[in-house]
Amino acid sequence: MDRMLDLDRILTVIAIWVGIGCVALVAPRRTRFVAHGLFPLSALLSLALAASAVHGLFMPPHSAVLLVGLPGLPFHLRMDSLSAFFLAVTGVTSAGTSIFSAGYVRKGEGTAPGLQCLQYHLFLAAMALVVLADDAYAFMVAWEGMALASFFLVTANHRVPSIRRAGYIYLLLAHIGAIAILLCFGVLQANTGDFTFVNLRAQSLPPFWASTAFVLAVIGFGAKVGIVPLHVWLPEAHPAAPSPVSALMSGIMLKTSAYALLRVSFDLLHLPSWWWGALVLGLGLLTALYGVVFTTVQTDMKRLLAFSSIEHMGLIFVSVGLALMFRSYGMRALAALALTAGLLHVAAHALFKSLLFLATGSVLHATGERNLGKLGGLIRYMPWVAWLSLVGALAASGLPPLAGFVSEWLLLQTFLFTTNLPTSFLNMLVPLVAAAVALVAALSAYAMVKFFGVIFLGQPREEKLQHARDASRFERIGLAWLAAASIALGLAPILAIDGIDRVTRLLTGFGLAETVHANGWLLLAPTSIQRASYSPIIFLLVVTASIAFAAIVVRILYSGRVRRAPAWDCGFPQQTARMQDTSEGFGQPIRQIFEAFFWMRRDLPSAFDARPRYRVVIEDRFWHWIYQPVQHAVDRAARLAGRVQQGRISIYLLYSFVTLVVMLLLVGR
Amino acid sequence: MVALLTQAINLFAAILLMLAFAMITQRRVLNLVHLFTAQGLTLVAATLDVGYLTAQHHLYVSAGATFLLKVVVLPILLHRLINRLQVRWDVEPLLNTPLTMLAGILLVVFAFNLASPIAALSSSIARSTLGIALASVLLSFMMMITRAKALPQVIGFLSMENSLFFAATAATNGMPMLVELGIALDVLMGFLILGVFMFQIREQFDSLDIHHLERLRED
Amino acid sequence: MLQFAVALAAAPLLTGWVNQWRARLQNKKAPSLLQPYHALRKLLYKEPVAAESASPLFLATPYIVFGCMLLACGIVPALSTDLPLAPAADAIALVGLFAVARVFISLAAMDVGTAFGTMGARREMLIGFLAEPALLMALFSASLITHSTSLPAIVQKMAHSRLEIFPSMAFAGIAFTIVSLAENARVPVDNPATHLELTMVHEALTLEYSARHLALLEWAASLKLFAYSCIGLALFFPWGVAEVDAPLALAYSVPALALKLAIGGFLLALIETVSAKMRIFRVPEFLATAFLLAVIGLLVHELLGA
Repeated sequence: MDRMLDLDRILTVIAIWVGIGCVALVAPRRTRFVAHGLFPLSALLSLALAASAVHGLFMPPHSAVLLVGLPGLPFHLRMDSLSAFFLAVTGVTSAGTSIFSAGYVRKGEGTAPGLQCLQYHLFLAAMALVVLADDAYAFMVAWEGMALASFFLVTANHRVPSIRRAGYIYLLLAHIGAIAILLCFGVLQANTGDFTFVNLRAQSLPPFWASTAFVLAVIGFGAKVGIVPLHVWLPEAHPAAPSPVSALMSGIMLKTSAYALLRVSFDLLHLPSWWWGALVLGLGLLTALYGVVFTTVQTDMKRLLAFSSIEHMGLIFVSVGLALMFRSYGMRALAALALTAGLLHVAAHALFKSLLFLATGSVLHATGERNLGKLGGLIRYMPWVAWLSLVGALAASGLPPLAGFVSEWLLLQTFLFTTNLPTSFLNMLVPLVAAAVALVAALSAYAMVKFFGVIFLGQPREEKLQHARDASRFERIGLAWLAAASIALGLAPILAIDGIDRVTRLLTGFGLAETVHANGWLLLAPTSIQRASYSPIIFLLVVTASIAFAAIVVRILYSGRVRRAPAWDCGFPQQTARMQDTSEGFGQPIRQIFEAFFWMRRDLPSAFDARPRYRVVIEDRFWHWIYQPVQHAVDRAARLAGRVQQGRISIYLLYSFVTLVVMLLLVGR
Repeated sequence: MVALLTQAINLFAAILLMLAFAMITQRRVLNLVHLFTAQGLTLVAATLDVGYLTAQHHLYVSAGATFLLKVVVLPILLHRLINRLQVRWDVEPLLNTPLTMLAGILLVVFAFNLASPIAALSSSIARSTLGIALASVLLSFMMMITRAKALPQVIGFLSMENSLFFAATAATNGMPMLVELGIALDVLMGFLILGVFMFQIREQFDSLDIHHLERLRED
Repeated sequence: MLQFAVALAAAPLLTGWVNQWRARLQNKKAPSLLQPYHALRKLLYKEPVAAESASPLFLATPYIVFGCMLLACGIVPALSTDLPLAPAADAIALVGLFAVARVFISLAAMDVGTAFGTMGARREMLIGFLAEPALLMALFSASLITHSTSLPAIVQKMAHSRLEIFPSMAFAGIAFTIVSLAENARVPVDNPATHLELTMVHEALTLEYSARHLALLEWAASLKLFAYSCIGLALFFPWGVAEVDAPLALAYSVPALALKLAIGGFLLALIETVSAKMRIFRVPEFLATAFLLAVIGLLVHELLGA
């Protein structure tokens, strides 16, 4: 094969994906063929995509024009470092998800497996195309394709009404976002009629229109990411979808919106104003705090992970906002640092969130339960899933030496070096933002301890849990792949920073790779060792060595076998599984501290109840503040408009007649 | 030695801010009085410091007067009031403690921002502490707003006056003696009147909870 | 390297010293200074018993926690600033290290699935979620002044700067004291000598452990107290730490450290004796105070430039 450009390779992969989907359409009910044949093939293709993307990260940008679409409006596609980075993340994550799906797909849950396979691959193809699009038309087609494909995937179990409702809300908010994005592109093209990104980049808009475009972009892409207050679809859609789809949505789809915001704000709109960054920063912080507080009080395991996704995307927005702010003041080095932190977090979050969602899929299939109050003690019956999701939970808590910590470390370093912003007001806000980020990170550790502890540790809260079977082989491979990838990202962040360096050079004109390399490959020191340094490998090695040292010394002193006995619990004789903390109980302190965030309805038992019941329903305040009033207003407007339909034929004929008369009058003038 | 004393002014300002925050979170009235006494002491120390560094002798006199009034007389009066009114604890304030502290931080940011351009115009040696003094004023005011009993509100008022005194020292190297004496007299009078009021409230409603005062309106 | 050995050997001594003074201040007959060593030895020779439902995570956690605390003692400049491992982990990673230990021990407590274990896990995570940002912000105050997050660099710069009073460090100091009391399970947050289940936090986490696992956890707790004391000394009283790993300098720094730790231990015992243990739902307020004080310290630094 002669030398193909990376872009061509990637386009081939996308085409084969669509082909696989169509093949699955041929035999929609043959589960074994779809599961064991098509999905592993698709996983291999994802790996090829990732490899090409990583290679393309270091190459100059390629362009291509596809003659798909309307005549005169072909698809312009382009792969530069930014696209290549997101494609690499897509490839690695989808490899894990596809292999997992090979073991996960089974029939009898609504849509046929073959049809699901088609929608899955269309979803993947659309996400890859969004990142590659080089003109607004291709972008919007791919964006809408992504939304539609994921809508069908979310409502795969369409016989359940709550899932249908979740899909409806999802589609609604996706389209509100899409309208905003369309308007944004409309503003960007500044009356030239040419929607290619090349042209959009060349336009220099007056500040008012540039700001309008930016705000529209934030609204549009923010809706897709889950920025408060446009986040209400996320906790509904992610739990409703099958787990591999939730993994894809959380892991990749949210990131494409982050990609799009970066593309529009850094690339297409050249010079940001300072308040753009502050806006994104503020929204991101609010989202992160809101998300993490809700995470800790959830009782459904997939809703918990959905809110956790909201929180992490909020943190990514904080990084992007910081980078924008620094860029607007011309501090390129700091902008690159903030952007590096954000992009590392993108990669890390894609990996560990997919891992966690896939693990919940295994648990769901094994036990049939999503409610945390009915799970427990699964580490004994499902060891593979448990240990691999421990890796995911630790990474999500932002603990060293895993992947989630490095991005947090870099972000906190950025805060430390921002003591000389021109506006003193911003200077004072920076410690507050740093404190809030630290608080969010600590709370996410709380939530992950709750997640892992209530599901996998302790005693089983239901009898049937003892019959839970561990994940099948394909599922294990998928989970292990993602766990290994997140460990690798945590231990060797410098390799990732090499790649990210190209992206930050493209966007801000500065990259960290030089300073990082100057200090060796073992240590991560963004500016100098004197100022700050962190080496995950040495960290891990020393901790392991200490553990080994302790183990050996202790064994020498006394090597006795551990005797098993009933649990002590201060000598209480009758212990049942219901005596351990429930998920509501675990979240109760946070609920008490952050009461103002929630809309709670409580049914407390009185002392005289024969059958005491305790019920707490926690809802999102934004439903009651924004969405229900809007819904009522739309209802009223629709009712008003509905009065036009009188039901009598003579009235309808009268409408036509009046219209005709008016037009004649106007024409006659 | 001079450098040490110059830095000590910053330290006293920080202590003042800390005391203002501590007063917001305190529930026991006795502790509030102790904190107020400590505030008075800090003020005296700061005034002596500025007086030594700028060699303005009237600040020594002013420090002495402050000591007499705010560290000796007022705390004695407050202790006597507490004993006679038999107040020990405060009821729950309007906002819970973390929210109050959060609001306090926002006020501090606001005050700092406000003070930076003003501080640049001043020629005093302690001008960078103007923001802290302003923040203490706002915090004391907030303490007055969020308390539900009369005595902590009075202490908040006194603490506000303390912070204003420090602000004056910071911005202008101390006020003229006449102005200071006038303010001191005002505060003393105000305090005595408030003391009388507290007894009246107690007589009328049998408690010092200010929620009872809400009954006094046109209905 | 020496620092590891010193930490391992001296940490139970520090705990013993604090216990001794606590007893003396309460007018009781004090236990021997070497009592913790006797306790550790006794525990190591016992037969370990674990619950039937305990998983490998439960059995591995004591080793993991011990390893983390040992590394923490190794990167805090207590004896000298010439630490080989210092570039591996800076102040933020140190906080992360404590977080790893906390998460693992909470998970282990949830593992057995008893009422008190899970309650202890919940309380430990509650204290941790507020204490960790407060500690981070207190360390940040020092970092902003010295423009570095690497602990040896912080100690070096602070020891060498002229005798300056940093007001932001005053705020950070109070915040750090409060966090230190909370994280080391001391009165007023948690009573380390309690045996009442409903008042336990740290004890509840180690409730199910026995023999060598319990020995490791107790040792790790002593190491944590040692590490926190050393961090406090390094940030606020950094004088007397050797700059170079030379025997002469060490001969000076070891007694200096011993003296500082002795005074610190006495003060800790004093604080414990005069305070009453707080009700558990007041603890978040207490820690929130520490957190917000640390943030104010940062703001004051921004304003005053010091």
